[in-house]
Amino acid sequence: MSLPEGWEMVVGLEVHTELLTRTKLFCGCANAFGAEPNTQTCPVCLGLPGSLPVLNRRAVELAMAIGLALHATVSPSTFHRKNYFYPDMPKDFQISQYDRPINAGGYLDLPDGSRVGVERAHLEEDTGKSTHLGGTGRIHGAERSLVDYNRSGVPLVEIVSAPDIRSAAQARAYAAELRGILIASGASDGRMEEGSMRIDANVSVHRVGEPFGTRCEMKNLNSLRSLQRAIDYEAERQYALVASGGVVRQETRHWDEDRGVTSTMRSKEEADDYRYFQEPDLVDLAPEAAWVETVRAGLGPMPAERRARLAALLEDPTEAQLDAVGTVVDLGVDGFVEAAVAAGVEADRAIARAANELAGEAHERPGLSEQSFAATLRLEQSGDLSATQAKTVLSTLALAGGDPATVARELGFERMASGELEGLLERLVGEHPDEWRRYDEGDDKLAQFFTGQVMRATRGQADGKAVLEVLRARRGR
Amino acid sequence: MNAIKVAGSVGSGATSAVEVVAESLERIAARNEELNVFVHLDPEGALAAAARVDERVAAGERLPLAGVPVALKDNLCVRGQPTTAGSRILAGWRPPYDATVVARLAVAGAVALGKANMDEFAMGSSTETSAYGPTRNPLDPTRVPGGSSGGSAAAVAAGMAPIALGSDTGGSIRQPAALCGLVGVKPTYGLVSRYGLIAFASSLDQIGPFAATVAEAALVLEVIAGHDPLDTTSLAEPAPELSTHLDDGVAGRRVGLCRELVEGADPEVVAAVARAAEALARAGATIEEVSIPELKLGLSAYYLIAPAEASSNLARYDGVRYGLRVEGPDVEAMNVATRTVGFGDEVKRRVMLGTYALSAGYYDAYYGQALKVRTRMIEAFARAYARVDTLLGATAPSVAFALGAKTQDPLAMYLSDVFTIPTNLAGEAALSVPFGTGEAGLPIGVQLLGPARSEAGLLAAARVLEAEEGR
Repeated sequence: MSLPEGWEMVVGLEVHTELLTRTKLFCGCANAFGAEPNTQTCPVCLGLPGSLPVLNRRAVELAMAIGLALHATVSPSTFHRKNYFYPDMPKDFQISQYDRPINAGGYLDLPDGSRVGVERAHLEEDTGKSTHLGGTGRIHGAERSLVDYNRSGVPLVEIVSAPDIRSAAQARAYAAELRGILIASGASDGRMEEGSMRIDANVSVHRVGEPFGTRCEMKNLNSLRSLQRAIDYEAERQYALVASGGVVRQETRHWDEDRGVTSTMRSKEEADDYRYFQEPDLVDLAPEAAWVETVRAGLGPMPAERRARLAALLEDPTEAQLDAVGTVVDLGVDGFVEAAVAAGVEADRAIARAANELAGEAHERPGLSEQSFAATLRLEQSGDLSATQAKTVLSTLALAGGDPATVARELGFERMASGELEGLLERLVGEHPDEWRRYDEGDDKLAQFFTGQVMRATRGQADGKAVLEVLRARRGR
Repeated sequence: MNAIKVAGSVGSGATSAVEVVAESLERIAARNEELNVFVHLDPEGALAAAARVDERVAAGERLPLAGVPVALKDNLCVRGQPTTAGSRILAGWRPPYDATVVARLAVAGAVALGKANMDEFAMGSSTETSAYGPTRNPLDPTRVPGGSSGGSAAAVAAGMAPIALGSDTGGSIRQPAALCGLVGVKPTYGLVSRYGLIAFASSLDQIGPFAATVAEAALVLEVIAGHDPLDTTSLAEPAPELSTHLDDGVAGRRVGLCRELVEGADPEVVAAVARAAEALARAGATIEEVSIPELKLGLSAYYLIAPAEASSNLARYDGVRYGLRVEGPDVEAMNVATRTVGFGDEVKRRVMLGTYALSAGYYDAYYGQALKVRTRMIEAFARAYARVDTLLGATAPSVAFALGAKTQDPLAMYLSDVFTIPTNLAGEAALSVPFGTGEAGLPIGVQLLGPARSEAGLLAAARVLEAEEGR
């Protein structure tokens, strides 16, 4: 969608990311998703009377890692209390950072070359999780509400962009790139579906050259797709409103993914006064320079640099190849590609196999090492394995591990001797004369039949492409 | 019953902890109904704990507080024991954990008798705002014991326990100590862990001891002080040595008799402070009159900062998770109904005051301004302590007053703490030690104040005054 000539949208994103710490921000409870409700709690994260927070050192390190990866400045900071009543917030205040955040003044460069400012990236604690039963599924009108405090006190970093974003696609690209950076910095797993990365979008529209319009904040954006759709919808809604002589009210709006619309959650007049004040139970946070530098030195290369490094392996890469490079970096499997290329595998093949065969989590393929990945691709490249066989070997290795050549042998993937395939096909044609006649007369569907027969006879050893070539060559003879 | 003698006697096997605790329980049984000192008692638990102390002693453990009964202010969490902070809203709540000070006392061999009454959430100076009824002063049951730690003070004054713990946010240990004729110490902020202390105003709260004598108070403070990893505001150092410095005296000590810390006090209190100055001078201190005008700003700054923090600290009492719940048609209505029924008037007053002081548009004029005053107070104290080592003044403007005398006039009640509040704002150390008597023979407390970590010197000076009185 696009706004009419002369109009543009202005978007700023607030991204909350849960940090990959072993324990919560202010207590020793496990920071893990998916446990039985209210089993990962203690007096501190339940906000019991008399309990006090103790800051998690690792969370500070990960927050600094995020800031440094976003070119922000790490500064001495303080914690504040953000006061409001909500049942899933056990103290009825959230410990957050306010006027002195740990990271401020960074930026993020997007693949399209644009740059989005990052105003701040601060530490705060997560709330528990409410489930409202009955009514609309929201707190008002619910018959009953249940609260799980396992998430209460999980460390979050909130990354606030400048209002530099001018399209929904750019917003999506920012979120995707940020996600990559969060993962690359080791701070987050970036899983939006589990809520470990959550995005709110501030959207306004204005005529270019005029002051920014009144903004609305979109919530419930649970995927990159939702983010893009909601922003487009909202910009159009606001434009339509303004174009028809109306005014945009500052408010928080809820994105309804199924209906594809946003609706009012609460207006600014109803907004809480959070009565921020400095958290007296915590001392100031002033990481010494040496600590900051240790964190900086520990940061690996970020996605942009890694994409460039992989793309440089390709000669004159196509759009599709660059997409595959992006996928490889998103998956964090650059090491596999680099190991394979170092072992003599063509970069194109290494990137394509890594992008397509290494999806999912590293822990889902415990048996596959960079070395065995490289060795398998070499077997494919030398023609000892067909593409199909190579993929089968990779998936077998992933679970069971082992040496690729041995695994291939155990799977019965022997290289077929020259002429073996032709001989087999002669036999199959003799056994299925009707099918052959129909294929020979031009019914291409029968190619599948013969390929299937060959595969069965060779227990998958044959290369599908080679079978097709032999079939075509025999046609019309 | 003297804690040091009890510990010696139980430690040597001459007496058993069970006997000592049984005697305490008898004294409680004799007067608790009249005085309303303990809001919760656990006689069986105390006797069982005493028996365990006897076993530890028999096994050769050396325990500094072997078998010493202790009263705990009801805002200190004790695992499995009702802990209400004097409020209806926490009725029935039993913490699943021990406050650090409670654990340290137990390790030292002390035996907790139960929970002592207090002003609701420590907001008060007479123990009359407790949801569980007022505590009476054992020295004159028509009068208040002071507050907010009135139950703790009364327990020691009535001989129910030789020692007690209280908390002091604006004078809540020192003022009841003065009104009950006891030694009460408000330690340097951070000297004693607050973990497990139900917060009133986190930047001001500090736990400290009550005892009949300076030596006992010093011993208890040594046991409970020292860094606690569970409280990041606790000082990163071990407990100071106090008992070994009790007889250091005050020779060469520069003591400042502080005008603002006696101004407005009853003449008999002013006279007692003057006599204390003379006693210290006789012991070798040099006395100097000092004026710290900033101290006069303390009360108004305090009544913004403490309620502001309290409004946030007390938000969690919403009926969702523990304590009282008064049902309503929705969550918000339930929150409001619970807090309306659960909190008393003084707590509501301070929560509203604090909420207002932090509100958008008012923050700078009230809370922000109070923080500036607090900074000025800290600087003013620092200037004073560049000239003198110790400040001397009154603890409270008068001896114990009658029950009900100030309950209808919050400002008059707040003025009870006018001399004690500045120390809390500065995060420094102060204590109250009995010195002389006033109207009706009731005790007067004088206050000794020092910079952070000056407890040893303050206790030594208090010991001089105590000796002067023949104790």
